Amino acid sequence: MFADAFLNTEILREAWPILLDGLGRTALLSALVVPLGLLGGLILALLSLTRRRWLRWGVAVWVDVFRALPPLVLLVVVYAGLPFAGVEVSAWQAVATGFFLNTGAYYGEILRAGIASVPKGQMEAARSLGLSRPHALALVVLPQAVRNVLPDLVSNTLEVVKLTSLAAVVALPELLFQARQAQSVTYNATPIVAAAVIYFLLLWPFVRMLSRLENRQLASRR
Amino acid sequence: MSFADSFLNLRVAVEHGPKIIEGMGVTVVLAGCVIATGLAAGLGLAVLRALGVRPLNWLIIFVVDLFRAVPPLVVIVLLYFGLPAAGMALNGFVAAWLALSLVLMAFAEEIFWAGITTLPKGQWEASRALGLRFAPTFFLVVLPQAVRIVIPPLVNRTIAITKGTALASVVAVPEILGAAQAGVSFSFNPTPLTLAALAYLALFLPVVVLGRWVERRWHVR
Repeated sequence: MFADAFLNTEILREAWPILLDGLGRTALLSALVVPLGLLGGLILALLSLTRRRWLRWGVAVWVDVFRALPPLVLLVVVYAGLPFAGVEVSAWQAVATGFFLNTGAYYGEILRAGIASVPKGQMEAARSLGLSRPHALALVVLPQAVRNVLPDLVSNTLEVVKLTSLAAVVALPELLFQARQAQSVTYNATPIVAAAVIYFLLLWPFVRMLSRLENRQLASRR
Repeated sequence: MSFADSFLNLRVAVEHGPKIIEGMGVTVVLAGCVIATGLAAGLGLAVLRALGVRPLNWLIIFVVDLFRAVPPLVVIVLLYFGLPAAGMALNGFVAAWLALSLVLMAFAEEIFWAGITTLPKGQWEASRALGLRFAPTFFLVVLPQAVRIVIPPLVNRTIAITKGTALASVVAVPEILGAAQAGVSFSFNPTPLTLAALAYLALFLPVVVLGRWVERRWHVR
């Protein structure tokens, strides 16, 4: 009985091509929103280095506002709200915009903390060796900053990949959406179970790696 | 129609505002339930893991990894749309509460456990040398210090997962986002979404600022 409803091989065989199709789109979506979020985060982190106080404040407020809004809310506001302003957005555009705002804020906060963790002397030394400020930032400060917050960056990236499942809400046919479709057609939960198993198998190695990275970080701080 | 007419329409706001406020109540209750059960279950698993029973620990690690790897929305959908096939229909609130609790449990266990293992061995040895048994050593010496170390990551993770209450709108829970979406389709006006965004900011902006403060205050992360 239980196996029939949740681990039905016949249903699985039938739903497999649809699930694979969805998985491909989940991969594509991740490949789109992770770099987009990193880009947004880098821009925010660099802006927060400015000496202009109002700009620093502006960035801090921006980051906190978009960390406070749940990503699904952003996504729905963009997807269902913008058409009222005469801007038609596709599901892909809505997801890209929502993720840029949300994950950009998270990456921005992480990178800012990373840059702050690099001692000032590094910048001063690089400048005194004749590097321009942008060069010193890109070649000396940023690499150390990224190393210092690597566990947070990996952890956030994992969260972003998991968040791509929200795209199902705006009918973008990624893995979860396709699993739901298959489930509602077959009246059987197997496709959703299969989707969960696929997510788990794909992301498990990263979870393991992360747990090791985090433990090492915590241990080194004692 | 002007921008204000469509996104901040007073008539629509007056009509649907109360529903959004009710939604805030649902969000707060759901969040409270998730935090209580998720943190308690996470701490419970970490304590169990400290007993050092091999097969039990493998099971705990597996469950924790499982709920760290699978997206919360997938867990909610599975519980809500999947369980009825086993003759167990959950309402949306319970499905969301259970799913988010499991996710928070997993992350909290991992964080508590990290705190327990990074505590210097000398703490164990000193308390045992003073004649304390395993249980008093663990609960009176190790755990309080471990919890202190992990407060910043724990607070931030809890905030992040609590924001997941918005996912409950997918399974027809009339929390803020769900109420707003209903309002939009009734009024054919996006004002309820604007109100929803403001409601989330009112609830979560202070929490995000608190998280920042905790991070600075504890100096760990």
